[in-house]
Amino acid sequence: MSLHPDTLPLLHGLVDGELDAANTIAIEAHLRSCPDCRAELEQIQAVRELIAAAPLREHAPDNLHKRIELMIDAEAGPAPRSHAASRPSPMPGRFAWAGGGAAAHVLSGRWLSGAATGMIAASLALAVVMPQMAHTDVEDQLVQSHVRSLLVGHLVDIPTSNRHVVKPWFNGKVDFAPSVPELADQGFPLVGGRLDYIDNHEVAAIVYRRHLHVINLFVRPAHTLSLPGEVTTHHDGYSIVRWTTGGLEYWAVSDVEMGDLKLFRQTYLARAQ
Amino acid sequence: MTGRGFFWPRLATSTDRGSEEARERHDKAEAFRRTMMPHMDAAYNLARYLTRDPTAAEDIVQDAYLRAYRSFDTWRGEAAKPWLLTIVRNCFLNSVGGSAERLSGRPVHELVGELPDELIETSNPESLLADQTEAEMLRATIDQIPEPFRETLILRELEELSYKEIAAIANVPIGTIMSRLARARQMLADLLLPNAPRKARS
Repeated sequence: MSLHPDTLPLLHGLVDGELDAANTIAIEAHLRSCPDCRAELEQIQAVRELIAAAPLREHAPDNLHKRIELMIDAEAGPAPRSHAASRPSPMPGRFAWAGGGAAAHVLSGRWLSGAATGMIAASLALAVVMPQMAHTDVEDQLVQSHVRSLLVGHLVDIPTSNRHVVKPWFNGKVDFAPSVPELADQGFPLVGGRLDYIDNHEVAAIVYRRHLHVINLFVRPAHTLSLPGEVTTHHDGYSIVRWTTGGLEYWAVSDVEMGDLKLFRQTYLARAQ
Repeated sequence: MTGRGFFWPRLATSTDRGSEEARERHDKAEAFRRTMMPHMDAAYNLARYLTRDPTAAEDIVQDAYLRAYRSFDTWRGEAAKPWLLTIVRNCFLNSVGGSAERLSGRPVHELVGELPDELIETSNPESLLADQTEAEMLRATIDQIPEPFRETLILRELEELSYKEIAAIANVPIGTIMSRLARARQMLADLLLPNAPRKARS
């Protein structure tokens, strides 16, 4: 074993961030003077990196989700009469409420001039309707494609963190050239690239990672009617951020928090050439 | 008058209580969904690595969610993931004979020196399918690490739980978790890193 068996748990505690300040200072001082423990620490980190780099974490199968949902429904018994009979799907429910609230707000503002009321009502209506407009069949396909990509062995066609390999790989496979910036130093390591199909057309899927989560960035030529700017939605528990730039339409799909996905968009845009 | 006075309040109370109970059940189901459903991947992942069998893992997770739901009243708002994973682990133990022995393991020193040969033999790349990806090989390697080291590794490296949370789930002191984790990582290093010194054997 190590020449300093007493320090071994401390080395693991150090890489796991589990040591208090006093122990951290003590072990760091010891490491400076002990090559054996330094080698041990490097080995621990090498193992951790191997595990962290591989998609070892499995997703619960869809049918398991369904079985457990049914089980909860059965345990919870019939819905109370004063509530809606069934749980409304999150998007329409939420926006129906927002729409009602907005209408009530505008109606109560009688002191507003008709024109101003009309403008505010129009902008509120737009704000309320926009996410629903974005809630399309394409989104379904994107989420399905994202989920499919998480199945074992389907994530990437070209598995490499080298952007100089991923970008040329798309040449000849799709007739546009998406940017593939390296974002590892920003917390979004590149995993690779994949060819996918949305609306029966080939799209480029660039795969990044955020901690344990996969981010699929789908890229395709923008439709002429595409709305510029950022649109964010939640779909079946997945976050989706969409934007267009340089004639291309980007959809980032992941189960990370929406804030992280927005950060991903900013980081990507800052680095993309 | 007395008849109505007696009758009406009872009717009103029983109706209120009925719908109140239904609403409570509904609220409980919603709270359960909100807090526990996001951790289904973690539950499945732990069950998968404990059982090494995807089908058995599904059954254990479903069983665990049922128990979790029925004992949801005992959940006091602590971290949901470790709470749920404790139940998953107990369901696994029940499924293999109701004894914690299987995961308690022998003292670490008994295992030192006896593992690498059998492990290396079974994880020999030639004995694995040629088209297995690196991740699948790594997964197969982890599957071969004996308990209780495997569960400690999974809870720390894949589920990113703290030592304290893992100790609570496995119901052992933190020091035990630290030595199990050290041993698990050493086993992986022996198996995966070509130049790792074979410390266990020297």
